[in-house]
Amino acid sequence: MSIPAELFYTAEHEWVDHPAAGRARVGITDFAATALGDVVFVDLPPIGATLVAGAPCGEIESTKSVSEIFAPVSGTVVEVNRRVVDAPEVVNEDPYGEGWLFAVDVAPPVPSLLDATGYAALPDVTT
Amino acid sequence: MPTSPLDDLHRRRGAHMTDFAGWQLPLRFGSELAEHAAVRTAAGLFDLSHMAQLRVVGPGAGAGLDMALTGSHAGMPVGRASYSLILAADGGVVDDLIVYRLAGAEYLVISNAANRAVVAAELVDRLAPFDVDLVDVTQARTLIAVQGPRAAAICAAAGLAGVVESLSYYTAAPARLAGIDLLVARTGYTGEDGFEVSAPAEAAERVWVALEEAGRAHGLVLAGLAARDTLRLEAAMPLYGYELTRETTPWDAGLNRFVDLAKPAFVGRDALVSDDGTRVPRRRRLVGVAGSGRRGARGGYAVINPASGQTIGEVTSGALSPTLGYPIALAYIDAAAPSAVGTDLVIDVRGAHQPFSVVARPFYCRSPS
Repeated sequence: MSIPAELFYTAEHEWVDHPAAGRARVGITDFAATALGDVVFVDLPPIGATLVAGAPCGEIESTKSVSEIFAPVSGTVVEVNRRVVDAPEVVNEDPYGEGWLFAVDVAPPVPSLLDATGYAALPDVTT
Repeated sequence: MPTSPLDDLHRRRGAHMTDFAGWQLPLRFGSELAEHAAVRTAAGLFDLSHMAQLRVVGPGAGAGLDMALTGSHAGMPVGRASYSLILAADGGVVDDLIVYRLAGAEYLVISNAANRAVVAAELVDRLAPFDVDLVDVTQARTLIAVQGPRAAAICAAAGLAGVVESLSYYTAAPARLAGIDLLVARTGYTGEDGFEVSAPAEAAERVWVALEEAGRAHGLVLAGLAARDTLRLEAAMPLYGYELTRETTPWDAGLNRFVDLAKPAFVGRDALVSDDGTRVPRRRRLVGVAGSGRRGARGGYAVINPASGQTIGEVTSGALSPTLGYPIALAYIDAAAPSAVGTDLVIDVRGAHQPFSVVARPFYCRSPS
């Protein structure tokens, strides 16, 4: 199970590449992608949408289940990854790279997020 | 908790296991979409050891099953398989089953894992007046399925050429493989040609590995329950707990042809026919629906009449069809609502009203071989 050390994580299995000022990319973790199974549909917030950290902002569907995507940070959506909309399997193949979901101009306050060690220690990730 | 005799092997093969009806079984080995596609184009190997295997033995077996179940079983030729239902007295479906006639006075009944105890208990009860014994051999056996257009070639390559050639769809025959006594049936739950092999539990790994190795040159993949579910859905085969429940009658589910009303009596018959001998009207109707886009309808979502805005039914199973590329679903709608192929419906997909229309079942039909 890959958990890159340089990223930050939520308990809902999103990652964000940096949670403070500037532009941040958001995706779901390898653990989440593996648990979901093959992703077949991704519903992302539109460009310009205002996100509130911890609130649902999209959906990700596998053949067996639907999960909400929770915003790991607050801010404004500035880019969505068309690639995962057109070819959702990219989320399984490369969840931290080509399978990123959207980018946000981060707005304060900075939420409390997990580092890689903290995420790896979550009970459902550990087992 | 009962364990498949293939449990260790699955874990060595890297299976993602899931709990299903109290059994730990492979959900998938790798990508369930790849497993699904392999069954449509080559073949998949499935562990079905959780399926209940009940032997019904004795001179009264045929007559007893005719009373206990909806199908006509006393008259089945030896070697024939038959889809059947076990009903409650009120006509509700207790389970769906495959009945195999193994010999003049011996049948094998395969039922769903979740219903094993209730089906076994009901059969013991219903067969009591007949000269017959019921033996639950589930945990003494394994059940392994090879499904897909290459299934016959794979079974032949594994050493089962003789029995494969002798079997037509929905027939079964005994066979031997490397000294192991098997029952090989040309049945399945995927919409493809395929075989289901019942073997002694202690030989499960040897049978599995023999099929796995024979299949390597034919593109066989190991497949789990996730692919099995999308495959059966594309084939519009009902699944107990979803399309079939105690609240469902065979008429509701459109399973009329598996109910032999020529039999004067069987459990549930009185609830299915009126005094004048005609079928009681169904309350709801199982339909197949298809949508556009990629957003699937899932079990429990409301089906709405687009003209009136009224809720007229509920989805029982749905997915983005891996083979067809659009969403498909099975749903029950009120018997009075229009249901002809082409009828437009709306499904409430988590608050979004998505257009669907009624389509012919099965959604997917294999090309003739």
